[in-house]
Parts: sequence; structure tokens; C-alpha cells
Amino acid sequence: MKFLATQWPVAALAVLLALGLAAPLAIGDAPVGFYIEVLLGGLMAGVLYSLVALGFVLIYKASGVFNFAQGAMVLFAALSMARMTEVMPFLVALLLATGIMVLLAFAIEKAVLRPLVNQDGAVLLMATIGISYFLDGFGQTLWGSDIYNIDLGISKEPILILDGVFQGGILVSQEDIIAAVTAAVLVGALAVFFQRTPVGRALRAVADDHQAAQSIGIPLNRIWVIVWSVAGFVALVAGMVWGSKLGVQFSLSLVALKALPVVILGGLTSVPGAVIGGLIIGVGEKTAEVFLGQWLAKTYALAGGGIENWFAYVLALLFLLVRPEGLFGERHIDRV
Amino acid sequence: MIYRENGQFKTSYRADQQIFPILQDRAFMLGLSALALVAVPFGASDYMFRAILIPALILSLGAIGLNLLVGYCGQISLGAGGIMAVGAYAAYNFFIRVPQLNFLVVLILAGLCAAFVGMLFGIPSLRIKGLYLAVATLAAQFFTDWLFSRAGWFTNYTPSGSVSTPTLTMFGWAIDTPTEKYLLLLGLVFVFALCAKNLVRGHVGRAWMATRDMDVAAEVIGIRPMYAKLTAFGVSSFYLGVAGALWGFVYLGSWEPLAFNINLSFSLLFMIIIGGLGSILGNFLGTAFIVILPLLLNRIPASIGVHLSTATVSHLESMIFGGLIIFFLIVEPHGLARLWSIGKEKLRLWPFPH
Amino acid sequence: MNARHIGERILAVEDITLSFGGVQALAGVSFDVREHEIRAIIGPNGAGKSSMLNVINGVYQPQRGAVTFLGEKRRHMEPHRTAKQGIARTFQNLALFKGMTALDNIMTGRNLKMKSSLLAQAIRLGPAEREELRHREYVERIIDFLEIQAYRKTPVGRLPYGLQKRVDLGRALAMEPRLLLLDEPMAGMNVEERRDMCRFILDVNDEFGTTIVLIEHDMGVVMDLSDRVVVLDYGKKIGDGTPDEVRNNQAVIDAYLGVQH
Repeated sequence: MKFLATQWPVAALAVLLALGLAAPLAIGDAPVGFYIEVLLGGLMAGVLYSLVALGFVLIYKASGVFNFAQGAMVLFAALSMARMTEVMPFLVALLLATGIMVLLAFAIEKAVLRPLVNQDGAVLLMATIGISYFLDGFGQTLWGSDIYNIDLGISKEPILILDGVFQGGILVSQEDIIAAVTAAVLVGALAVFFQRTPVGRALRAVADDHQAAQSIGIPLNRIWVIVWSVAGFVALVAGMVWGSKLGVQFSLSLVALKALPVVILGGLTSVPGAVIGGLIIGVGEKTAEVFLGQWLAKTYALAGGGIENWFAYVLALLFLLVRPEGLFGERHIDRV
Repeated sequence: MIYRENGQFKTSYRADQQIFPILQDRAFMLGLSALALVAVPFGASDYMFRAILIPALILSLGAIGLNLLVGYCGQISLGAGGIMAVGAYAAYNFFIRVPQLNFLVVLILAGLCAAFVGMLFGIPSLRIKGLYLAVATLAAQFFTDWLFSRAGWFTNYTPSGSVSTPTLTMFGWAIDTPTEKYLLLLGLVFVFALCAKNLVRGHVGRAWMATRDMDVAAEVIGIRPMYAKLTAFGVSSFYLGVAGALWGFVYLGSWEPLAFNINLSFSLLFMIIIGGLGSILGNFLGTAFIVILPLLLNRIPASIGVHLSTATVSHLESMIFGGLIIFFLIVEPHGLARLWSIGKEKLRLWPFPH
Repeated sequence: MNARHIGERILAVEDITLSFGGVQALAGVSFDVREHEIRAIIGPNGAGKSSMLNVINGVYQPQRGAVTFLGEKRRHMEPHRTAKQGIARTFQNLALFKGMTALDNIMTGRNLKMKSSLLAQAIRLGPAEREELRHREYVERIIDFLEIQAYRKTPVGRLPYGLQKRVDLGRALAMEPRLLLLDEPMAGMNVEERRDMCRFILDVNDEFGTTIVLIEHDMGVVMDLSDRVVVLDYGKKIGDGTPDEVRNNQAVIDAYLGVQH
């Protein structure tokens, strides 16, 4: 009974999502095959969001900084990768790109994090907004602002599955499957990294209490460089996956902004939260765009489309109001 | 030497509490007002009005609004553009549906609509703060973006989604020359800035600052967090709404929903950070900076013979803004306003070193 | 001690039980406070003294138990409502508003009593200004009382610790409270500062008749100032009575000497 009392927001969310998912089938007139395609499309979008959200969570977990610039980092990494693969083999480019992100981590730690080390969250947040503007401009000055391509060697042909079960079958893109597998591998690797390695433990200590960690000899600056490098690598992976799907262009950093609600929903300090939050947002968004949009257009004569732009935020906001720490985050108790 | 307070003793609390207690400050403000009211209308070029003075005046009004919320009350907001949009569309709808109304009344009504919406989107601040609140305000921004571009009622069902305003008339006078627009804005900004300064000096301002500095202690003193936060959102949104209406009617003339998107929100945030959070003067300094910098970036490379494409210029702008934000946050978190008062402190001692 | 009239019961806490996660801060604590008296709460570190004050003014909500103030009984009340009822407090870690001057910090204590509307304040001239001046005068009296006139326009962050503590006290006094909760008002002060603070506390109790509950470690101060004392240890009450009674209580002596019990 007590479990229900504290966990009711999660239960309510689950019920709401279930209803929202079931509604198009019950009320609407969409064929089941199409519905499942939309669902899968949502899941895949969710995986992409999760990849970006992972970077957020990493940095927040280890330095308590909310990195508004994660999207810009994704763009920067993707741009570097895209341009470099034009002139060198894929693996070399990958290594160099990783190196660039590590350099970036050094630069950010030295120029921004160290001087602002004792400031409160709002100041750091605004500093990362500054970083994101800087990085956007810098990346495009350095690498150019056209649309570029990343060729990961994955065929763009969708696979047709289950055409015996559902009318017309279901189209699944191979890129999406690779993306999902990549995300799973990355999440697994990160989980192991945090729980089993000494560096991972040090990171968790730093996330809990900077001063205490320092006092037992953990070198704060080095930890931050490591964390931002790892987050930079995650951004690179996200950039490659996303870039190969959508093309590498400026709007990438805006789409990455969508990862904010993902992190809010999942909990700022939780890696599984980033994944599950991403999936929920991805699915919710796509079904809302397709089905809610249709319904709104029919009932209220609202020109359809565009719901994707705000649905994630409103969902996160509503969840925030009842459960600020997100699905898997930790509750803070402030002592006066 | 010039800037000494010698001999200026205050013999009443009222004198002590004036906005400009130092005589030299009052003299400076008088001189500035003369400049603004007399010299500028006669001396300034059309370009100066259109490109600098008019947008800077309107944006500084918006900046004052945002600063009340972010700088004085400590509630972060990334949705200022959306609130300005509410003001602009509200003003548009009042203007065309109730044409008899005086433009000033339309402005006030637009501000009130924006205040209402702002308070609505401010309700989450009662439970969440910091970056969570930032995300909530982003929700407001994206939602208003969507609403004004999809719901035809707001734009009177124009097919393109953009909106055009007729010439402004007030009390029978058409306000269509840059000089007239400038004088109208100057008057409005003066009144609104004065009111903002008064609010900040009063008990509501102290409630805001207490909530910002330590909300638990503020509550213990009897300051209700709901009162402080919602009034901050309300007043701030009122200012932003009026600024939005002015932006649409006086500066743009015609606009589409994208005119009030997230870039505007970030621009306003940059203005108040660079200008100085928690300062009324800072808003003007920050706005001037943000308005003038792109113009300089456009002019200077050309004048020294280096040719940059517009894309490059806008990338450079991004880099410079980003860099400056970080610079100010590290070196002088209280922005240009603090640099200004440090300058005045030095002036007190000048020409002596200490 | 003084020829003061100690009145009837003004505050009573009954069976207060408070825990955070697995840590139990208070276990079944009950005591009362009479009007106009000075009541001290003492005990070793971690005994739950600050938590007790936090329960009284609504910052923490106990899992069990009730607080009765001025006849109104409740388990939890929002802090701003306890402030309205007339409870004010100072903090162990100050909790001053760092962005404001000393004068403004104390003026915030008057916020409860300032009623002018937003519009009136925006215009300022007339009723709003008169109200502001009226309250300024009251606050200036407090500033005189605490002898901090020279520092009124200094941002509090720049004041030395002892002066900051006076501003904290001034802010609480500005609320014209019936019950004043002081959380280690003399912590970190030198001998002269302590003497001054003692004097202020006694004067407040004398001139304004304010009931005072204070947490303090300095035994000399406790024995001199207080009318009655409550002793807490590990969240339980182990002593309650006049300073002399408590001083001779074996359980109290054991607790301070760290004897196992």
C-alpha cells in the first residue's frame, strides 16, 4: 500500500501511456500494420534521443553540471567526422574525431569549469549555454555549414518483415536496428564502467560531493576531463548514428535539445533512465504527432503537424510536477 | 574629485531612499535626458533610429522584464520569446477586433494577457527550480511557437500565417516616422523603467530577492513563495508582453510566428547576463551591446578590406556571444552594470589612486 | 532573576517523532514553553536540537506528534503561516540574503506587515512611500538597538561573522514575534561579542516581552540566561527543569561525559 502511495506518479504515467498507445487503435481507423510502424519509428527515434541523453547524464553524474551544450557537441563531433571521412579512411577519421573531442574536453575544463568551480547550478547552466553558442559557431566556421553525409556502410533499404501477419507487412530500416544495437552496447559498456572500474567509482564519488572527493585525493580536474571526454565520445557516436540517418546539419543541435525532456523524465543521474526516458519520449512523440495530430486537425481544424516540437516538453513538465527526480533519479534532501 | 559626496548629507529617510541620492548622478541623468529628448531627434540619422535606437529601446523593455524574473527573483526562464509572442498576438487581435481602442489601452491589455499566460507557465516554479524550471519554460516556448503557427484564429486566418499591422495612430496622430516612433518608445520605456525600479525598491522586490537568495529562509520570515514567484512571473511577463506588442507593431510592422522563437529568448537572456543580473541599468547596457555588436561585425571587416559571407558573420557572432557569456560569468557575473559602478567608485577617488 | 511576569503556556510540543530516511532525529519529545520565559534547549551535537526548532516553525514535518501554539494544534504548518502566527527564528548557518544590504535584510522581516499593492508600489508616490518610510523607521530602531548603524548599507556578505549574526537577529526581531527561536546565536563569537549578544537577548526579553527558545552550547550562558532548560540526547528528552535541577541530573551529566547508556 505504501509502495503505491509513493510510486503513484509512475503508475499514473504507465496508465496514461497505455491509454495513449491504445487509443489510436480503438478510436482511430489506422490499420494495425501502420500503427506498429509508427510505434517502431518512435522507438527508433527514442534510441537516438537516448544516445544524446547519455552524454547529459554522464556529465551531470560526475560534475553536477547540466551540459546544455551536449547537442552542440553532437553536431561538432558529427561535422568533424563527416568532413574528415571525405579525405581519409573511416577508422582513421574515427580515431582523430575521438581525439578532437578529448581536446575539446580539456579546453572546456580549463577555460570554463575550473574558473567557475564553486558557482551554483544556474551559473554553470548559463555557461554551458555560452559553450553551445560558441561551439555551434566554431564548428561551422571550421568545417563549413552545408549538409554533409556520413557513410557508415549501412544499406538504406528497409527490410520488410511480418508481411504474413499484418497486411502489407512492416517496414523496418536497417539503420535503426544498427542504432538500437549500438545504443545497447554503449549503455552496457557505460554501466560496467561506472560500477566495476576504479575510475567509475571515483566519478560517482565526485558526483556526490566534490569537496569530500577532493579531500580523499581524487584529482577533480582530471576526473572532469575524463568525463567530458567520455561524454564527447558518446556525442560522437550519437552524431554518427544520427548524422547518417538525417545528414549532418545545423538542425542536429536543435534536435538534440529534445534530449532535455528525456533526461528530466528518466532522472538526471540515471543511465537506464536516459534509455527508458528516450524510448518513452520517442514513442509518445511519434504517436502524438501522427494520431493526435490527425484528431486535432479533424476536430478543431488546426493545421496538422508540429506537435512533435512540444509534446516531449509538456510530457516531461507534467511528470516533473509530480515527481521531480524523474523515473530513476535520486531524491535530494536539503538540510537547513 | 568631481564625483564626491562631500556635503551631501541626508536628513530624512525619504531623501536617503531616492533613486539617485547623489547630486552628480542626478545631474548626469538630467544631461542624458536632454540628450535623448532634444539632441537625438534632431541629430540622429534614419539608420540610427531604425537599426539601433528603436530595437534597442523595445528590447531593453523586454530585458527589464526578464531581469525581474531571472536576476531579481532567481527563476530561470528560456521562454521569454514565447511570452513576447503572446503580447504581440494579443495586441494584434485587440487592435483589429476592437478598433476603437486607444493604442495605449491595447498595450496594457496585451501586457495583461501575457501576464496571465506567464503566471500559468510559472506555476511549475512552485515545485521545481534551476534547470528543471528551464526545461518547463522551454515547454512554454515551443508550445506557443506551435499554437500561433497552427491555430488560425490568432492570425485571423491569413493563409501564410504571417500578420501585418496597419499604421499606428494615437490620439489622431499617425506615428509613422522614425522620430515619432522613437519619442513614443522613449516615453514608454521611461515610465516602465521607473515603475520597475520602484517595484524593486519596494517590499515585493525584497520578497523576490529573498526568494532568490535563500527561499527557505524567506518562507520562514513569512514571504510566501507562491506570492513571490507568481508575481515575478506576472510582472515580468507583463513587461515582455508589452515589449512583444511594441516589437511587432512599431519595429517589425509585419511578422510570422518564427519572429518570436527561441533565438529571441536566448538573445534576451544574453542581454541580461552581459548587462548584469539584478540591475535595472544593466538591461540598457546589455541591450545596447547585443544590438550594436552584430552591426559592428558587419561593418568592421568590410572597412578593413576583409570580406566575410553573411553565414560566416553569423557564425562569428555565435562564437563571440558564447565566448562573452562565459567571460562575463567568470570575470564579472554582475555584468556591465557592475563594471559601471566600479568605474564610478574609481571616479570618486580620481585623480588619487586610493 | 528579573522581575518578569512569566505567563501561561504559549507553546507545547507533544510526542514529536521525526526521521529522515533511516536516521531518527527526534523520538517522542514533549515539553512546553511559558510566555515571557527564556527556555534553553541543550544537548550534545546531533541530539536533534535544530530539528526541534525546524519542527516548531514548520520547516520539517514530524511523522508523529503535534505542536500547539497559542491554542492552535497542528502536526505541520507551512513556515510562512507560522511566521504569520508570530514565530520568528535565527539560523545556525545564518541564512541571510547575501545579495542585499543589512538594512534590506532587516526590512524583509517587515514584509508580513507591508500591504501596499503592486500597482501602488510601482507608482511609489503616496501610500506606498509612506508605508515604506513607516517601516523604515521601525527597522532603524532595531538597527540602533543592535548597534549596527554604520553597516546598514553594506552588503551582508561583506560583514564579519559577528555582525552578520546581529543582522540575522535584527531580521527576526523586525517581525515583532511573540516567540523567538534562536539557533546557537553565539556560535563562533569571541568573549565580547558573546557578552553583547547576551545583553541583546535579555533586552529583547525584557523590553518586548518576547518568549525565547534558544539552543546554546555555552553552559555559562545557559545557566545565566534561561528560566528553564530542556536537555536532548540522541533525539530523546533526558532532562527538563530549572538550570539547577538540570545541572544536577545524572543522566545529563552522563550524556555530556559520553558515558554509555
